[in-house]
Amino acid sequence: MPIERYIFLAIALFCIGIAGVLIRRNAIIVFMCIELMLNAVNLLLVAFSKMHHLKATAANATAGIEGQLFVFFIMVVAAAEVSVGLAIIVMMYRNVHSVDINFLNRLKH
Amino acid sequence: MNALVLSAIWGVIMMFSGIITSRLKVVRVVAVLGIIVLLLSTIMELNGTKFFGFNLNGMLVFDTFSLLFNSVIFFCVLIYFLLSGKDIEKVGMNVPDYYALLFFVLAGVTMASSFNTLLMLFLGIEIISIPLYILTGSDKRNLKSNEASLKYFLMGSFSTGLMLMGIALIYGAKASFNLDVIGGTTTELTPMVSAGLLLLLFSMAFKVSAAPFHFWTPDVYDGAPGVFTSFMATIVKAAAFIAFIRLFRGGFTEVHAKWQLIVAIITAATLFIGNITAVFQQSVKRMLAYSSISQAGFMMFAIVSLGDAALEGLLYYAAAYCLATIGVFAILVRMKDYTYDGFNGMGKHHPAIAAANTVFMLSLAGIPATAGFMAKFYMLSVAINAGKLLWLVIIGILCAAVSVYYYFRVIQAMYFKDGEKQEIETGPGFKLLLGITAGFIIFLGIFPQWLIEKLYFFL
Repeated sequence: MPIERYIFLAIALFCIGIAGVLIRRNAIIVFMCIELMLNAVNLLLVAFSKMHHLKATAANATAGIEGQLFVFFIMVVAAAEVSVGLAIIVMMYRNVHSVDINFLNRLKH
Repeated sequence: MNALVLSAIWGVIMMFSGIITSRLKVVRVVAVLGIIVLLLSTIMELNGTKFFGFNLNGMLVFDTFSLLFNSVIFFCVLIYFLLSGKDIEKVGMNVPDYYALLFFVLAGVTMASSFNTLLMLFLGIEIISIPLYILTGSDKRNLKSNEASLKYFLMGSFSTGLMLMGIALIYGAKASFNLDVIGGTTTELTPMVSAGLLLLLFSMAFKVSAAPFHFWTPDVYDGAPGVFTSFMATIVKAAAFIAFIRLFRGGFTEVHAKWQLIVAIITAATLFIGNITAVFQQSVKRMLAYSSISQAGFMMFAIVSLGDAALEGLLYYAAAYCLATIGVFAILVRMKDYTYDGFNGMGKHHPAIAAANTVFMLSLAGIPATAGFMAKFYMLSVAINAGKLLWLVIIGILCAAVSVYYYFRVIQAMYFKDGEKQEIETGPGFKLLLGITAGFIIFLGIFPQWLIEKLYFFL
């Protein structure tokens, strides 16, 4: 398959993620949209990695491998972020009994 | 390398110190010891002693600049621990964990200041950010702290997503994450590279809180516990700037002329918004949050001009700004009233603290004979040398003049207004340390070359 299709799919997922972050008011859904952005990037990295690999197979058998390596790091960091983020959302829920980010206006005087 | 490994190990030691002893003083001493070890090991690495001989494959490059910056940062953290150590203990129950998280942030700082691939940039920025989300929300019962932490978390991971997309696009165009390869082959902007460049620029602007991506800063800095605000506004911001300039110097120097104008506009907007909004604040803590935005505007001058002089200037600015802000916050978190009125009559009741605070405020405002003046001077001069940007320099000078108003309001409140005596817990050690910090700021202001020459001393 041509690389353009992967790029279009990844960009579409990424834009859905951004739109979700900007539009949705539920903290957990906003958070899911951020994860969607990260996964769009994962998809794009893997597609590019394969592309670079196919382009340079003759000269260098391991070409493009760093792209797939990067994906693992993104997964690990995203997992760490999820654990911290959900803890923060739970802490918030305990205090205000809501996960609506419209409640986040106490700091605006 | 020394500092990176040791700071990660010391973070674990701090976690265990909470199990072994329940005496907070011991924990604090261990933390101070750790930061001294980090500082000494970085200085030893500057002199050529390496404790760990890992093969890094060129992913991290510990050059003189990054090592010297790390030493400056560790020195500032040492002062921060000594000045604010007791206030960290008042935030909550899990004091050893706060110290452990601070050490993990420092591991991220060493990575972000010496990365040579985009992978290490991403990891460094994330290792800085994730512990900070926790520290921001460490005051668990306080709604403001919760809110700040959720806001910081959502904004921070959103900007991480943008950064990752930028990295992926640049990887697609260049087939490598290595900055040398990217810098060597980026001679013109293809659509994919320019999209990646813009996304990286926006996400780094988020991290350093440059306008128009600054809106999270005042809320987060205001809501977070004061001691951690001090850490975020100084150490972390300086580290993000070092990562910023390393990325753009390493990767996109050849196409500098094409993105310079965008960064110049961001700089002008940051200076303008930061300073004008700071004028209208009633709370000194919130004023300092906006002032940190406007100081970020001055640091952006280094990225606009991107020369060797910009590196010197950024290093010096980081030192001057961190010392002064850590000092101000150390005083502020010990006060009960965070408004300007809280400072009324401080000159009469606490003359030593008021004198030190005056030096910090003068330095932040950029009055001659303090480090802040030379730092601003350096930044403006690199922008003039870069050429074509005289309008930006004029905006910078005008904004520096505006900033004098809100910094001097604190000094005026301390010396020219009467107020009843506020209880501020101080020991002789605290006052002595404030005096040393203030003295160091004046010393740096009179002998700026003392620090900058170090860049060329260790080669």
